[in-house]
Amino acid sequence: MIAGLSPFGMIVAVLVLAAGTYGFRVAGPLLRDRLTLSDTAKRYMTVAATTLVFALVVTATFLEAGEFAGWARPAGVAVGGVLAWRKAPFVVVVVAAAATAAGLRLLGVP
Amino acid sequence: MRSLWKTLDRALLRDIALVNLAIGVVGLSFGAIATSSGFPLWVPMLMSLVILSGAAQFTLVGVLAAGGGPVAGVLAGLVVGARHLPFGFAVGGLLGPRRWQRLVGSHLMIDEVVAFALAQSDPRRARAAYWACGVALIICWNIGTLIGALAANIVPDTDAFGLDAAFPAVLLALVLPSLREAGPLRAALLGGAVALATAPLLPEGVPVLLALVGLLVVGKLRTGESEVRT
Repeated sequence: MIAGLSPFGMIVAVLVLAAGTYGFRVAGPLLRDRLTLSDTAKRYMTVAATTLVFALVVTATFLEAGEFAGWARPAGVAVGGVLAWRKAPFVVVVVAAAATAAGLRLLGVP
Repeated sequence: MRSLWKTLDRALLRDIALVNLAIGVVGLSFGAIATSSGFPLWVPMLMSLVILSGAAQFTLVGVLAAGGGPVAGVLAGLVVGARHLPFGFAVGGLLGPRRWQRLVGSHLMIDEVVAFALAQSDPRRARAAYWACGVALIICWNIGTLIGALAANIVPDTDAFGLDAAFPAVLLALVLPSLREAGPLRAALLGGAVALATAPLLPEGVPVLLALVGLLVVGKLRTGESEVRT
């Protein structure tokens, strides 16, 4: 087995990560039953989620393992972003982003 | 539950199907990378079923394959998964009124599922989109993982298809309507800048959490702005 782990050790590692991830996921939905949240608090939570998703967009666009990912990917995301801003259909946005990045790579852009 | 599906129109279902097709291909590469790194078939399969988070799974496999050990691998995976905590508070109210719906629905909480739900202006549509995308995702992710793990000799080069650009574009397209308001836009821009600036220095997962400092500049939200759909 890889990394000196027995099958049992591997199962434990996977289950601990699964339990922790599920704990993060389930906390909000369960706690919301017990807390009475003001409308303002709910709105801030939605903005928090929006901010997190946008931060995922930015980091996933520019970085690969903490280093600059090359120009093909940000160019593709930019094309998709402009199309989305102009309210192009979702399918067009996604396919254009992928095709731009793939096309640039065919041309030798990293 | 059945009436939920009626609130989804064909266009939204097509969008969800497209994203899930791409997620299946990433699952393929996850399964292939795991087995070609020396893990037996059941390891990526178990991961895709019970962890159900691409970022956390790639992190665990990466650390273990690099000889980092299980404790470091699990901790790194947990840090990557910590963003689900704030996600849960944002979408927790739309999983459904029953306890089992919250318990089962929580497992399906993935970046793309959250983004699809947040993009809907109507609460019933948001809930239907969450469940439709979540159920499709656990199926596609696991089928992709299985096929990739069985055919490890054909590791798909997802970058060659531009899939690495498609996923940020998916999330950007879904989050864009919320950014047409000034407060959320300010928060997202500052948060994104902080995440990008700190990413080279900090472990994966932490910079995205630091983006929450963007909330400091959100200002006073007008009534009806960024309405949470509960």
